Amino acid sequence: MSAQNPQRIVVVGAGMVGHRFVESLLSREDLPVRVTLVGDEGRLPYDRVGLTGYLTGRDADELTLDPHALADERVEFVPADPVAVIDRSRRRVRLTSGRFLEYDRLVLATGSYAARLALDGFDLPGCFVYRTIDDLEQLRTFVERRREQLGRPLRGYVVGGGLLGLEAAEALGGLEVTATVVQSSDRLMSAQLDVGAGGILRRLIEARGIGVRTETVTTRLDPDRTGQLSRIAFRDGTDADVDVAVFTVGVRPRDELARDAQLECHPRGGVIIDDACQTSDPAILAIGEVANFDGMAVGLVAPGYAMAEVAASRLSGGDATFPGFDLSAKLKFSGIDVASFGDAMAATPGALDVVYADPTAGIYKKLVLSDDATTLLGGILVGDAAAYGSLRPLVGGALGADPAVYLAPEISGSAPMAELPDEAVVCSCSSVTAGRIRRAVHEEGCVDAAGVKACTKAGATCGSCTVMVKKLVGVELAKSGQVVSNALCEHFDLSRRQLFDAVRVSELTTFSAIIERFGSGRGCDICKPTLASILSTLVGGHVLDGENATLQDTNDHVMANIQRDGTYSVVPRMAGGEVTPEGLIVIGEIARDYALYTKITGGQRIDMFGARLEQLPEIWQRLVDAGFESGQAYGKSLRTVKSCVGSTWCRYGVLDSVGMAVRLELRYRGLRAPHKLKLGVSGCARECAEARGKDAGVIATENGWNLYVGGNGGFTPRHAELLAEGLDDDQLIQAIDRFFLYYIRTADRLQRTAPWVQELEGGLDELRAVIFDDSLGICADLDAAMARHVETYEDEWAATLADPAKLARFQSFVNAPDTPDPSLGYVAERGQVRPASAEERRAGVVPIAGTTLAVRR
Amino acid sequence: MTAVAADARQRTHTWIRLCAVSDLEVERGRAALIGSTQIALFLLRDDSLHAVSNLDPYSGANVISRGIVGTRADAPTIASPMYKHVFDLRTGICLDPQGKEPAHLRVWPVARRGEDLCIRWEE
Ligand code: SRM
Ligand SMILES: Cc1cc2nc3c(=O)[nH]c(=O)nc-3n(C[C@H](O)[C@H](O)[C@H](O)COP(=O)(O)OP(=O)(O)OC[C@H]3O[C@@H](n4cnc5c(N)ncnc54)[C@H](O)[C@@H]3O)c2cc1C
Ligand code: SF4
Ligand code: FES
Repeated sequence: MSAQNPQRIVVVGAGMVGHRFVESLLSREDLPVRVTLVGDEGRLPYDRVGLTGYLTGRDADELTLDPHALADERVEFVPADPVAVIDRSRRRVRLTSGRFLEYDRLVLATGSYAARLALDGFDLPGCFVYRTIDDLEQLRTFVERRREQLGRPLRGYVVGGGLLGLEAAEALGGLEVTATVVQSSDRLMSAQLDVGAGGILRRLIEARGIGVRTETVTTRLDPDRTGQLSRIAFRDGTDADVDVAVFTVGVRPRDELARDAQLECHPRGGVIIDDACQTSDPAILAIGEVANFDGMAVGLVAPGYAMAEVAASRLSGGDATFPGFDLSAKLKFSGIDVASFGDAMAATPGALDVVYADPTAGIYKKLVLSDDATTLLGGILVGDAAAYGSLRPLVGGALGADPAVYLAPEISGSAPMAELPDEAVVCSCSSVTAGRIRRAVHEEGCVDAAGVKACTKAGATCGSCTVMVKKLVGVELAKSGQVVSNALCEHFDLSRRQLFDAVRVSELTTFSAIIERFGSGRGCDICKPTLASILSTLVGGHVLDGENATLQDTNDHVMANIQRDGTYSVVPRMAGGEVTPEGLIVIGEIARDYALYTKITGGQRIDMFGARLEQLPEIWQRLVDAGFESGQAYGKSLRTVKSCVGSTWCRYGVLDSVGMAVRLELRYRGLRAPHKLKLGVSGCARECAEARGKDAGVIATENGWNLYVGGNGGFTPRHAELLAEGLDDDQLIQAIDRFFLYYIRTADRLQRTAPWVQELEGGLDELRAVIFDDSLGICADLDAAMARHVETYEDEWAATLADPAKLARFQSFVNAPDTPDPSLGYVAERGQVRPASAEERRAGVVPIAGTTLAVRR
Repeated sequence: MTAVAADARQRTHTWIRLCAVSDLEVERGRAALIGSTQIALFLLRDDSLHAVSNLDPYSGANVISRGIVGTRADAPTIASPMYKHVFDLRTGICLDPQGKEPAHLRVWPVARRGEDLCIRWEE
């Protein structure tokens, strides 16, 4: 074909796939074509996948797909003049206006209709489908008018509980219409989910205030006296009040033009195409939802885009082929993650499934593997679909890691994964392969997911591959030495967060079993205490129980803080900084009897320094007898809750800050975490407790407690930020419970809450969504975990004193159990002792410690 | 080494029992005392026994027995609880002096005599 005689191409249907086809075709610069794109919606092609955005604040312009391609001089766009007839013998189409367009090749991209059920009353005012901007515009106008008319909130029913139905139900909620989803089969999203997943999804949906009726067939819709929808009736004889109904019962290919032109169509709908997207007429191609390949027409955009690319390739002399449908799908419902991919129903003969289900947390995950458990065939993720992006491209390939790691809750998106082959499709919406993304990073200078999106379109459509794209970019940057690994240590390739999930999912409870399965070697001073902390959260138990004891650093091992000379300090808990005169006297006596240096700490309590290993049990026996318990000054755990005196005494105090501080300290005592946890409670905005310098700071106001999170002093001081205002006691405690446990489960080793909050994707808003709106569906689980913690708390020291086996650890020498460390030496200063300096020792003026120390030596 | 030197050695060392092997817990050290010398004893998972100086050369405190046992590549290790210097239990060599002068732990040969743990002690 010469440039004088460009190929004439007519595209029928200016929808998503038609647009992609034109864009792809014209990206071949200098291709001699004249393209006419004919639409009937009277708009520029728009993002139908993002359609719901139209009800939540985006206007039609914002949904418009990149209009660049249509500005190319080789293109003519005919917006509102649908094709009426195809005349194959003369190779031309007639538009509704009467205009004729001649073609060399015709491309059908007419999409589908939203199906309606043929019921009595299906077309009453108040009944809608959910397919085009016009549909949504009518729905919104109706809802607004009807609400005004009735003077009350509207009741809505969504008929059809698939992907689209759930999306529509959420949108109705956004219009302040209470929604109930009616599904004829036994579960929601029955095309994508198995029974277990459907059950969990149902609970998540119901928790959002959306009603669900399964195994319910709608039989009739009845009007009120004004002729508008008012009742909906079901086959089981029940009925209900309804003001607005949305039908989301599937789609029907718009193949009528093709049928009239006698192109071969499938009895169940759709123009039959081969893998070159060619119809029974070699001059005509069909792509998108109108096309039927291999007996199927599919209502997803990704296969449509793949067809568009094939067609564009074919019309420009290429030989691309359509590989068949990828039925992977992800639900778009804010805060509810659902995805299904590959052979989700395990239909492959001999397929195995590995399932992790946590109904309380609202999580269900299934991986379908080949009969030899090596090849990933598909899967279902409900409640946490973070791994979707990394798993979907692996379908048909090796999993590359223990399935448990992928099934781990919350963060499986960052699970370690097999290196993706270059040809693996990462973004199926735009058919972008891993290799293409790697090139974008290494050859085109992209340094983040946004850059890659701009130059490859990966992530530009449904967004479900974004996590994966980000990760690939990270990996590729790392290859050029730009990012550090998050492996815990040489023994574990996992980060603390990943390890936490691996332990949780595998339900392993001992160090040996965990390192055998997820690590290598015998551990070190980094991974052992980390695992001790993780096991403490997940399993509980005493620090010195069984193998636990070998994981503890010396502070946790002897439940005291090691000092520079190898002796320890003793810190009894003084919840909220409160201590009785009797308590003070006992402490004074103990400190005097053992000649311990005594000081008030920065955490509002008393520290006694210089206790030797073998003295710890005796000292603690006396403290426990006097009603004290371990202050856990040694643990990566709750330290202190600092208080101001508050309303009980202070003339300005508005709430009882000491009372709350005591309550909080007693609640969280013993809670082990990635790093230490501190709280503060102030009785008014003067903030005498410096609460905003704490991991969780609570400040009393006339309206209740204000909660600030993510503060600390230390190396990089940071003020905590306001998370919630005006909470009552119970709300405050619940919020802190969830904040702490969410942090404990997901933070890195030795990451305090301040950097953790700063690194949280979505920041404080996201944190609020998790804590107050249960956006991850994990709140019930977090609450249960905290309840378990509170219930099973025991004082580590009291428990140790009651167990002779544990006490053996406090002998100074295995062959001389009570002999003090002969190397210790002290000098007196300001009326108390301190360890002698090296110089003082060399000068020889230092008395060596005896079994009992005199106060002044 | 000449025969004479070997003889000389034999005369100056003795094997001393410090405790029963069962007094030790796998991968958790214990200190022992001979005169004013403190020795850190370890029993590992492979049943091997190790005896190194309890004195941490970097902090000057007798705390090695209270550190965390682990591995680095193939080496069995002990990390001092004070500043976390890691030593090879077989040789006493500090595997990572963290920018300080290299220092190492003294190592004693250990033997299992029946139920007992003995070390070779040189006067
Ligand atoms: C005893 C005490 C100093 C004192 O005499 O006042 C103290 C002593 C130690 N602090 Fe502290 N800190 C003490 C209050 C604080 C405070 C003040 C507070 O809690 O209001 C802070 C700043 C607030 C904060 O944590 O955000 C504080 C920030 C630190 C940090 C820096 C943490 C950071 O995020 O940057 C460390 C280092 C670390 O934990 O890695 C640290 C570490 C330590 C260690 C554990 C260092 C060590 O490994 O030896 C000290 C041993 C404690 C012991 O032997 O009992 N200490 N430390 C205070 C004990 C409070 C208590 O009753 O439990
Ligand atoms: C609310 C909603 C959410 C969705 N979410 C997802 C999702 O998350 N993931 C996913 O994969 N898919 C999703 N889809 C489906 C996706 O939008 C479709 O698969 C995709 O739009 C199909 O593209 P298409 O071009 O084949 O059809 P369409 O986008 O429907 O385009 C066809 C166009 O052709 C026009 N047309 C029809 N007949 C003629 C004619 N005779 N002459 C001229 N023009 C004609 C139509 O008016 C229409 O504009 C969603 C759909 C909806 C409605
Ligand atoms: S913060 Fe307010 S209530 Fe508390 S001591 Fe200071 S002034 Fe009093
Ligand atoms: S998979 Fe939909 S945008 Fe990439």
